[in-house]
Amino acid sequence: MIRIPIIIIAFYLSILNVFSQKSDTTIYQSRRLKIEEVNFVSSYYRQDGNNAAVTGGVGSEELTDFATTLDIRLSKIDRKSRINSYNFEIGIDTYTSASSDKVDPSTISSASSGDQRIYPSLAWSRLNDSKGMTIGANVSVSSEYDYLSIGGGVNAFKDSRDKSRQVGVRIQTYQDFVTMIYPIELRSGRTGGKESRNTYSTTFSYSQIINTRLQVLFLLDVAYQNGFLSLPFNRVYFSDTSVDIENLPGNRVKIPLSMRVNYFAGDIFIIRGFYRYYTDDWGLKSNTAEIETAIKITPFVSVSPFYRYYSQSGIRYFAGYQQHLRSESYYTSDYDLSTFDSHFVGSGIRLVAPNGVLGIAKFNTIEIRYGHYSRETGLVSNIVSLHAKFR
Amino acid sequence: MKNKMIAVAFFSLFVLAGCKPVKEYQKMYLNDSEMELSMRKGQKFENNFQLYREGSAGANGGKTGGGCGCN
Repeated sequence: MIRIPIIIIAFYLSILNVFSQKSDTTIYQSRRLKIEEVNFVSSYYRQDGNNAAVTGGVGSEELTDFATTLDIRLSKIDRKSRINSYNFEIGIDTYTSASSDKVDPSTISSASSGDQRIYPSLAWSRLNDSKGMTIGANVSVSSEYDYLSIGGGVNAFKDSRDKSRQVGVRIQTYQDFVTMIYPIELRSGRTGGKESRNTYSTTFSYSQIINTRLQVLFLLDVAYQNGFLSLPFNRVYFSDTSVDIENLPGNRVKIPLSMRVNYFAGDIFIIRGFYRYYTDDWGLKSNTAEIETAIKITPFVSVSPFYRYYSQSGIRYFAGYQQHLRSESYYTSDYDLSTFDSHFVGSGIRLVAPNGVLGIAKFNTIEIRYGHYSRETGLVSNIVSLHAKFR
Repeated sequence: MKNKMIAVAFFSLFVLAGCKPVKEYQKMYLNDSEMELSMRKGQKFENNFQLYREGSAGANGGKTGGGCGCN
């Protein structure tokens, strides 16, 4: 009689054992470095205008640029459960510039007439999720025929406990070297060599979730530049018909302040807004306003028409062809620094396929964008970009 | 300048005053890839040419200085 209950109890305990929670005796093993995502971005840009700085504010600004970047993001969780991310990027630009041919028209082969720029960079960040803290650092190099730029920076971000807001700071520097290539007729008596140009900037950021559909980001940059801030092959023609290379002050302080607002309206519209105010001590002030509306045609396909308005007041050292006085200390005829409004309009189409674009499992996203830019000075340009993401 | 800064400050306060706590499970819309508070990857080169063709830069996730921009 007593054997039956013992068998029943043993059976009952064995069932309990199957469903009971096992004690965690496993030792944590650090995960191996894995590829999070790969991004390929390529664009073709073409512009034309009639205010080239190389020829003193007159002449063709025709330029084409074919640019491509490839970046790979890797991650690894360390023994303290912190996520370390590594981002390696390499970019190559190939461009031709009609105005730069005019540095030395006899050779049609001078600074930047047709050149390549190569720019590798490496960034690291470490997210400590339990503390809501991210720290990071980056280094970069950009090299072309007449210009070398070496960059480096550190950054830190702190999330609030409920992850509804984040504050951050970035400190960045670029140490640049300009090869002194002068216009052909202004080379006698000048030595070549290199001049330095240094940039130091600090960015403060604050992002905030307002509600389930709205979030904002504020950015404030304070940047200081010193060194040779002119370009040695930009001509300036004075009112007395004499000519010299442009001469700009050796220091510049820039303060841009911006706000980004994203709002998910209904189930298919996402409104992305951006506004920036900029001021610097050369007298340039600008306002930038941009709006983009992503329309979700399906949960995975969206079309994004956009419009950007930009307005700037020129620097106090700008004047056009033969308008500068020889008595002035600083002068340039670079229309990029003149007073103008500009408009940039276009659209993008984006496909996000959880099962892969064209049946390729890792091919997650493809986006194509086209934009048309027109500047009050007469410069017009067009750009088409392709972004492919693999993850 | 002063008026613009005051307007931006008031707008910011107005927006931030409406903040509501949002739980992780309520972030369906906020986690959509279109809602990222940064430039799109595909905007990278648009930002580059604007940096060259305009006198101002920064506060948009791109560079504030450095590089040639000589074309």
